[in-house]
Amino acid sequence: MAYKRQIDRLPIIPADAQEFNVTCHYCIVGCGYKAYTWPMNRQGGTEPNQNKFGVDLSEQQFTETEAWYAPSMYNVVRQNGKDVQLVVKPDVNCVVNSGLGSIRGARMAENRPSKVTGTQAQRLSDPMVWRNGVWQPTSWDDALDLVARVTAAVITQGSEDDLVVSMFDHGGSAGGYENTWATGKLYFESMKIKNARMHNRPAYNSEVHSSRDMGLDELNYAYEDYELTDTIFMVGANSMETQTNLYLNHMVKGLQNGARFIAVDPRRTITIASSEQFAGPENVLHLAIAEGTDMVLFNAILTHIVDNGWVDAEFIANSTFQGGEAVAQDEAHPAALGSLEHVMATCRTTLDEAAEICGVPAADIAKAAEWIAQPKEDGSRRKCVTAYEKGIIWGNDNYRTVGALVNIALATGNVGREGGGVCRLGGHQEGYYRPSDAHVGRPAEYVDQYLVRGLGGVHHIWACDHYKTTLNASEYKRVHKRRSDMVKDAIDMAAGGSRAQMVEAIVSAINAGGLFVVDVDIIHSQIGQNAHVILPACEANEMNLTSMNGERRLRLSEKYMDPFGNSRPDALIAAGVARNMERVLREMGHDAYADQFKGYDWTTEEDSFMDGYNKGNPEVTYDRLRAMGNNGVQEPVTGFENGALVGTKRLYTDGVFTRHGREDGKALFCAAGWRGWQAPGKAREQAAHRFWINNVRANIFWQNQFLDQKNDFVQDRYPHPFVEMHPDDMVDLGLNPGDLLEIVNDNGVTQGMAYPMPTLKRDTVAMVFGSPAGSQGNVVSPGVNELVLPDYKHTWGSIRKISDATPAARKVSFKSHEVVL
Amino acid sequence: MKCNRLVDAGRRQFLRGSLMATAGAAAATVLTPEQAKARALARVDYPANRLANIADLMVNEPMDISYPDADSPGVLLKLGQAVEGGVGPEGDVVAFSVLCPHKGWMMSYSAADKTLNCPGHHSRFDCETGGQQVWGHATSNLAQFTLRLDDSGDIYADGVDELIYGRLSNVL
Repeated sequence: MAYKRQIDRLPIIPADAQEFNVTCHYCIVGCGYKAYTWPMNRQGGTEPNQNKFGVDLSEQQFTETEAWYAPSMYNVVRQNGKDVQLVVKPDVNCVVNSGLGSIRGARMAENRPSKVTGTQAQRLSDPMVWRNGVWQPTSWDDALDLVARVTAAVITQGSEDDLVVSMFDHGGSAGGYENTWATGKLYFESMKIKNARMHNRPAYNSEVHSSRDMGLDELNYAYEDYELTDTIFMVGANSMETQTNLYLNHMVKGLQNGARFIAVDPRRTITIASSEQFAGPENVLHLAIAEGTDMVLFNAILTHIVDNGWVDAEFIANSTFQGGEAVAQDEAHPAALGSLEHVMATCRTTLDEAAEICGVPAADIAKAAEWIAQPKEDGSRRKCVTAYEKGIIWGNDNYRTVGALVNIALATGNVGREGGGVCRLGGHQEGYYRPSDAHVGRPAEYVDQYLVRGLGGVHHIWACDHYKTTLNASEYKRVHKRRSDMVKDAIDMAAGGSRAQMVEAIVSAINAGGLFVVDVDIIHSQIGQNAHVILPACEANEMNLTSMNGERRLRLSEKYMDPFGNSRPDALIAAGVARNMERVLREMGHDAYADQFKGYDWTTEEDSFMDGYNKGNPEVTYDRLRAMGNNGVQEPVTGFENGALVGTKRLYTDGVFTRHGREDGKALFCAAGWRGWQAPGKAREQAAHRFWINNVRANIFWQNQFLDQKNDFVQDRYPHPFVEMHPDDMVDLGLNPGDLLEIVNDNGVTQGMAYPMPTLKRDTVAMVFGSPAGSQGNVVSPGVNELVLPDYKHTWGSIRKISDATPAARKVSFKSHEVVL
Repeated sequence: MKCNRLVDAGRRQFLRGSLMATAGAAAATVLTPEQAKARALARVDYPANRLANIADLMVNEPMDISYPDADSPGVLLKLGQAVEGGVGPEGDVVAFSVLCPHKGWMMSYSAADKTLNCPGHHSRFDCETGGQQVWGHATSNLAQFTLRLDDSGDIYADGVDELIYGRLSNVL
């Protein structure tokens, strides 16, 4: 039977409970929540004057009430050294979510570390150092001293290229302006680290180079554009599953206002199913293209729009480049960029050609073009908002494919206008504020391969777990473990010696091919198993944190509880590393180098915010953001008037495009020439295996799966990583629902749980991405595009059964995810 | 054949209408020592309410019920196949709250796959696995009512295993 909490009542929030602004730190949407805390020996009552809501709680509350919270929204946490009661519930007054909670965010309270209720017992509380064959808790001073001594020795004996850094670049839980600034200042200002990568890709680079090269920032609209539009054009994304409340609170309102919905996705998603319910099936068009062929589809849609004269001629004339080729194809630009006329010579694709390659009817492609761009009967222009995500970002030929999609938005003038925009939907919130990364270069170093080749001696890891979220993961893990084990062995051999002897032993092991690993995280992660020093971080609401969401809405998510144990904000950990680097380098006699590590005299995360973000945006302070509440302000912030920050609802309303840095302000089109599988090895792998191994997300733990490894509610639903398959394929392979299976190819092996999904095409499976219990990255080849963007989405493998369903898997419901009304 | 959506709309209106009661007079928030001694068990006392007789139930035809009181609508089901937690001679009788634990919309029963479905935001719950959320936004599985049968075949509910939407105490 399903997991139940057996909770029959909850403490009531008293009328005088403390109240805090909270932005959910899990996903890009950044829903507004309110946190309430009150002392353990107090409780509210059912009378209206006894509770925060001012209502009679002895009565049943009605649908969508503000005056109710689920058991997952309650916990007991530490605040200013005392245990307090906590409720975190959706904020009805936040324009992002209007009181809706997601299955992730509405569990924020339950996912807080608590020594009283035992939740998140996995959280790290103290620095740990590898000693005597185990990780031993120690002081910050001891741990940071070892980090600095080894790091300084290696980069002074060799160069800064010997320090490899994996670091988050986003907002939300691990990131935010405070933490990205601090790490950025450490690695890009005090040092000039080239061998850096981000949490989900093997280099330090943009995921949407082409959009930026064309002049468009990838987050250029407002969420309300979904409510004002005529057509929602969604590519390689599944917002009902992932950006849930963006879908429910904005896209659904658009659909109910009469908007049509176009979905480009090889599989039928829950977003498509729900859109049919909300808009009527006749207003939903699903283009179930063959995997990896998106670019051809976009080119055909563009061609059909151009040939029918449905382009926005005035916009093209005024806001886009007119002189042929503007940027030639070269090593840093996988396609030429220029005028519409110029790129059409490359992009021109007939409906029939696209139908053949994409495997969808030509009539449906024509229909998509009509829904996007055909003027209405009264002659007025049709508005279309375009949204895309990992389906093409992690897809075939990232640069040209994203470029081909942006082409359509530019040609139809759907940028900078109400009901328009061409935007990625996003994963985490954004929170990037760092010194220039120009020294990294373009293309950036493929850092995973750098480590696999035996290069680099020290690896600093900030809230990244490449065991779960990198490509070619099988090989990467083997090498990373082997190299870090060499250092562990050296540490064990040197036990009992002085600090200097220990550092010397570590450096010797590094010089012999070893790798010294420093892992900064909130939990002891899988890659953390290779670490020699583990530094415990805290996350949003255990510190103040600023981030912006998918419509650039900047909020301060307030601290309402203490960091767990002796953990600290990443910003202050980075400052600690820097101060220790300065001290150690000075001791070593490198005074000039040591001076580069000055400027980290911070005592709070706000100090980092003021040192970084505020210097570039002097209007923005914590006090002002706090006053803006959960609705915050949309970036860029342009001023402060009448006691409020003034923001920007949508970008490019003036038709001037700047993201590429061109002085003429003209947007560029992309010459998106189709070349089949772009990444090396993909075609061969496809030919060699029966199953396409798509990777997908699940609403229950998207962006917070690492926190749910021991969560009973989540583990009860998915005790093993799911691998959705067509039931007939399961019969072929002798698989029953819940059976454990193995996916095998030349890159490696991973495992999961067979989950029947009749809406899937035959010979394709949809495996959950990033699972701690079965990394899909194990079977993804190292193939990337010219700018080192991974193609996680295109992997093929063979499948075999390895076990009957476990007792846990036998209790799982395998019914269709689609609602039946 | 009745349309699930219309039935739901009607039920929702009823529910809203029943909630117009005005708040009572404010009570003192500080208890005297005597009061503190007298009150407050650790868990609520559930009533034992007769919902129906086993003979009233048809296989896979939902019966509207309410528990623990009239403001907490539910459904009584004879699934036709034994399930864990089911009662009755066939071990197939179960009862659930029909208020979606996400935002409290009234859910409808799909006889085709024995699920309860929310028209508001499309969450759905499997009546054959103890109300496990098949897909959706709720942060708990569906509140199930504990049932027992007496010798005459009368079915009683006498407990709930999750917090019911819209009340911070299952017994108000």
